[in-house]
Amino acid sequence: MLPSVKRRIRTTDVLLLLLMIVITLLCLLPLVYIVSLSLSGKSAAAAGQVTLFPVDFTFYSYKYMLSDHRFFDAFGVSVKRVLIGGAINFVLTILMAFPLAKERSEFKSRNLYIWIIVFTMMFNGGLIPWYMVIKNLQLTDTIWALTLPTAVPIFNVILLMNFFRNLPKEISEAATVDGAGPWRMLLRISVPLALPAIATVTLFSVVNHWNAFFDGMILMNKQSNIPLQTYIQQLVVQPVVSSTTRAEDLINFSQRTFNAAKIVVTMLPILVIYPFLQKYFVSGITLGSVKE
Amino acid sequence: MGKKGNALHYHLMLAPGMLFIIIFGIIPLFGIAIAFQDFIPVKGISGSKWVGFDNFVYMFQLDDSKRILFNTLYISILKMIMQVIVPVGTALLLHELMFNRMKRWFQTIIYLPHFLSWVILAGILTDMLSAQGIVNKLVKGVFGESVFFLGSNFWFPIVVVLSDVWKEFGFNAIIFLAALTAINPSLYEAAEIDGAGRLRKMWSVTLPGILPTIVLITTLNIGQVLNAGFDQIYNLYNPLVYQSGDIIDTYVYRIGLVQYQFGLATAVGSMKSLVGFVLIFISYRLAAKYANYRIF
Repeated sequence: MLPSVKRRIRTTDVLLLLLMIVITLLCLLPLVYIVSLSLSGKSAAAAGQVTLFPVDFTFYSYKYMLSDHRFFDAFGVSVKRVLIGGAINFVLTILMAFPLAKERSEFKSRNLYIWIIVFTMMFNGGLIPWYMVIKNLQLTDTIWALTLPTAVPIFNVILLMNFFRNLPKEISEAATVDGAGPWRMLLRISVPLALPAIATVTLFSVVNHWNAFFDGMILMNKQSNIPLQTYIQQLVVQPVVSSTTRAEDLINFSQRTFNAAKIVVTMLPILVIYPFLQKYFVSGITLGSVKE
Repeated sequence: MGKKGNALHYHLMLAPGMLFIIIFGIIPLFGIAIAFQDFIPVKGISGSKWVGFDNFVYMFQLDDSKRILFNTLYISILKMIMQVIVPVGTALLLHELMFNRMKRWFQTIIYLPHFLSWVILAGILTDMLSAQGIVNKLVKGVFGESVFFLGSNFWFPIVVVLSDVWKEFGFNAIIFLAALTAINPSLYEAAEIDGAGRLRKMWSVTLPGILPTIVLITTLNIGQVLNAGFDQIYNLYNPLVYQSGDIIDTYVYRIGLVQYQFGLATAVGSMKSLVGFVLIFISYRLAAKYANYRIF
């Protein structure tokens, strides 16, 4: 905001506002469109009559989805993945960021650890060796294939580490004088003070787990083990009408509205948690990433 | 004061995370050996035949190589340019906006697409751009015939770049917005006293104020120039547009895990990793030198 106290609203202000409304709508419309499509009747969808509002409003696609056990299997895998993977990320991010935030004078090996971590972030063996390590550990087709390779989200560790470093030194000094050891300091002082940053990195890691499709695609062979995004990806890239489709259903829905409904349900969890956490991440990411 | 004892606890805290980093980050590095082999999975690394640099030589002889490198750089440089211009423009626009409560709403909404996966967005885009989709309905209304966006080598890179901008511009604007709020308000007052209008202030105060951030972001992006966006392209492309859309990462996936040419795929992958590493190293050095930036 410009510092001027109370300015009169001029035409330029109104024009800027309109422009911003247009930009914002552009972000929103594709999402509105897919929701409308999922709620539209078959013939209207096939004829391309759906724009922003559902045509021949019906819940049929959603009702039909309830009978698709593959969708629910995949949904279950994704929920499990987010809970386990998110919990592992949460614990490891905090456990790593805290000691790495110490000055070198306090923790001599810090720079060695940092060097290893940054090196693995920038340089890796590539897809094939990575895949073979996971295969040789016999993790494929288990939930661990989806949660262990990403156990340490390095970007999050660095964000949180920078946040810890910006906490006032006096607090930790006072706690040390009062006899607090490293673990007590971590749990009683650093973690409570860093809650906004922790909320941010937790949001990032949960979203990453929910959104990942590639590892599910190459590491999971059994259809019942694939996560939701991988399942949706199969629908998008290789859309096949499943053999279980009943003739009566084909009359009432189109594959298009059906896929739209699945896409909507897949993005729903993000849409639900996002508003609660988004107020944190702006301060979290700017404090953590740009340090000048 | 027991500092030695503290260090022990710090090592303990780092141990579990480091274990995973070693298993999934360091051990795969030894797998680069595959690039120098005619690798056969059942025989393993110790049993497969060593072929020296054959895979690398073959890689450079492939007709695909030039095309893939070109596509990767072309798409990623276009993205890089757009992902500075559009977010900066958005940040300036938001900064100039008077209506504070609306501003909060705008921000919430434009950040949102960043959190949706490319699988979801590709699903939406594929439908919107299909023959019956909403975009083609518009195009048909104006030009009389529909365009096969995702099947045309002309349109595919454009769709890729624009959809990337659409997904990320709001989120990328965060950093620039933060830089804008850090500009000293007295500079605006001084400019006002000198008779500067709105545009003049934007040009002479606001833009110079965020220039260091723009330079910094651009510098850091140079390190990512070989990453043109696997998730996005993999979910949008099809054999019709391999010509214009195939990038290093999608190529490695196809020759490696689909066609089982492990040696070649690893050679291409490790080459990319090496060049990427050097680029990141250089860009971080530049950022540290000219923008005083350090991530750790």
